[in-house]
Amino acid sequence: MSPKTLYDKIWDAHVVQQDDDGTCLLYIDRHLVHEVTSPQAFEGLRMSGRKVRAPEKTIAVPDHNVPTTADRLQGGMNEESRIQVEALDRNAREFGIHYYPVSDVRQGIVHIVGPEQGWTLPGMTVVCGDSHTATHGAFGALAHGIGTSEVEHVLATQTLIQKKSKNMKVEITGQLRPGVTAKDITLAVIGATGTAGGTGYVIEYCGEAIRSLSMEGRMTVCNMAIEGGARAGLIAPDETTFEYVKGRPHAPKGAQWEAALTWWKTLYTDEGAHFDKVVTLKGEDIQPVVTWGTSPEDVLPISATVPAPEDFTGGKVDAARRSLEYMGLTPGMKLTDIEIDTVFIGSCTNGRIEDLRAAAAILKGKKIKDGMRAMVVPGSGLVRAQAEEEGLADIFKEAGFEWRLAGCSMCLAMNPDQLAEGERCASTSNRNFEGRQGYKGRTHLVSPAMAAAAALTGRLTDVRELI
Amino acid sequence: MEKFEKLTGIAAPMPLVNIDTDMIIPKVFLKTIKRSGLGVNLFDEMRYDREGNEIADFVLNKPQYREAEILVAGDNFGCGSSREHAPWALKDFGIKAVISTSFADIFFNNCFKNGILPIVLPAEQVEVLMKDAEKGANARMTVDLENQEITTSDGQVFAFEVDAFKKHCLLNGLDDIGLTLEKGAAIDSFEAQAAQARPWI
Ligand code: SF4
Repeated sequence: MSPKTLYDKIWDAHVVQQDDDGTCLLYIDRHLVHEVTSPQAFEGLRMSGRKVRAPEKTIAVPDHNVPTTADRLQGGMNEESRIQVEALDRNAREFGIHYYPVSDVRQGIVHIVGPEQGWTLPGMTVVCGDSHTATHGAFGALAHGIGTSEVEHVLATQTLIQKKSKNMKVEITGQLRPGVTAKDITLAVIGATGTAGGTGYVIEYCGEAIRSLSMEGRMTVCNMAIEGGARAGLIAPDETTFEYVKGRPHAPKGAQWEAALTWWKTLYTDEGAHFDKVVTLKGEDIQPVVTWGTSPEDVLPISATVPAPEDFTGGKVDAARRSLEYMGLTPGMKLTDIEIDTVFIGSCTNGRIEDLRAAAAILKGKKIKDGMRAMVVPGSGLVRAQAEEEGLADIFKEAGFEWRLAGCSMCLAMNPDQLAEGERCASTSNRNFEGRQGYKGRTHLVSPAMAAAAALTGRLTDVRELI
Repeated sequence: MEKFEKLTGIAAPMPLVNIDTDMIIPKVFLKTIKRSGLGVNLFDEMRYDREGNEIADFVLNKPQYREAEILVAGDNFGCGSSREHAPWALKDFGIKAVISTSFADIFFNNCFKNGILPIVLPAEQVEVLMKDAEKGANARMTVDLENQEITTSDGQVFAFEVDAFKKHCLLNGLDDIGLTLEKGAAIDSFEAQAAQARPWI
């Protein structure tokens, strides 16, 4: 048999039917659902008298819209958000799917809840009506975002009509230097390939630096595969993965566990398998990075200066001019001279326990800059509980951070947590698009440690100066 | 779903690269539980000022482009989120085809599910079409899906590629859930076999 990539193996194990032109019907093992992209899909089922084919493989949790303040169960939600959350409540009940309501301690961002509860397992196909479904690729699961019509298709048939993507390998060799994190890796890769560099591909991340990452770090890396244009990101499962999965509520147990493990251990790219595109970065070369513009590809090491539109070519010249105007930046200024007024730590990119530990390590015993608005939003109720137990919540609160309840929060300005016009935020989320965090709000994407450093100094800061 | 066969209409030029789904429909408008009615907020932050007044020099506010049915756009159109509200908003406004050098993957798929035809062409050809679109309302472009051809207002013809299955669905207005449900037996047997091979799922 010819050697296969990890992607080839998972794909082949899920093809229900293949047409002559390569169009496949692909079986979906897990379907995650949230309140924003699902109402129209359930409505579609109802209108055509269809039911959910595999409710036991479908998991719903509200996250995008929910406020993250303590009063959210007492009517702290606005009318339109409430309608969407209630629609999800009703749909979950009516169609009999697994559900974590806002009142449940396990509620949180869908991409954090799935792995945490053991719904996400190696070798699976996982979809969700959300582009950051790529996150689950960290387990060696083929996971990608879908639109609402496809949500309806999966609900009704437990399959998707798909054509296979091409294989791309992103290798990070060697080790990271102190102060450099998974977030810096993933941003550096996008900086190198551009936001369309992965279009048409599924990326497999590999190399020593990736192997050395925890599951949290691997999820951060895969989370942003979509920002590089790829359909999905994958990391081959290994002992770190198995260790993380073992004992989770929905992970296999006993003999099932042994059987699963035997298969999972075959999930790696065979020697000599073909990749259509290969990108290699040296772990030692990656520095703490920040974004300066309004596309995740606008990445530079923190030691750099703001570029000029003329530094680019083609359509990017105008795009850079527009970005700089939007961001209120002047070419040539040092990135470390950019003053910020808001810090957001959270999101499905960086809202896990390890992220909070990394930020707390920088903040311990210190106070944030006067006038700074800083918030930490744990990715799930369980992350929040663990952080409280570990004493991290106290470190954040004593430093001057707001300690919130779980949700997407300021990652996307669909709930009350938003930037006001002209406010400038160091954010651990994944998108710096115009208006992403609020109308005319300005976003600089950074790692949790870099966000903490910025909160202390009031400007974008090289975290290596503080460790 | 509405059929897409042949369209002759006004094309609006949007040369910006990386137009993302947040620009197409800002998320404050995603709190609907319906598919319709998003057209008025298409490109909202570029189209209106904070008070809700139209920004005169935004392309779709110009008199000659208000009825546009085709967009000619810069590279990597539709990047960002998976939300189908972006094609819903385009469709609700009246856009039926988008032409660019490249599209984000999920957005590209979502278009087909909503009767919108996304067309990928090489940069030189997109440039010619962009110039044609800049001529305004008299410059009607024709998109012929059956023959996979675009004809500019002055008669230049460009061929384009489209996936055969997607073309078939679009031409006939087919709902692919219905098509897949017809393959129920194949799904049943896959499930039975997967339950043997991977019983823990
Ligand atoms: S945290 Fe942000 S990126 Fe992640 S699912 Fe929520 S809105 Fe999307």
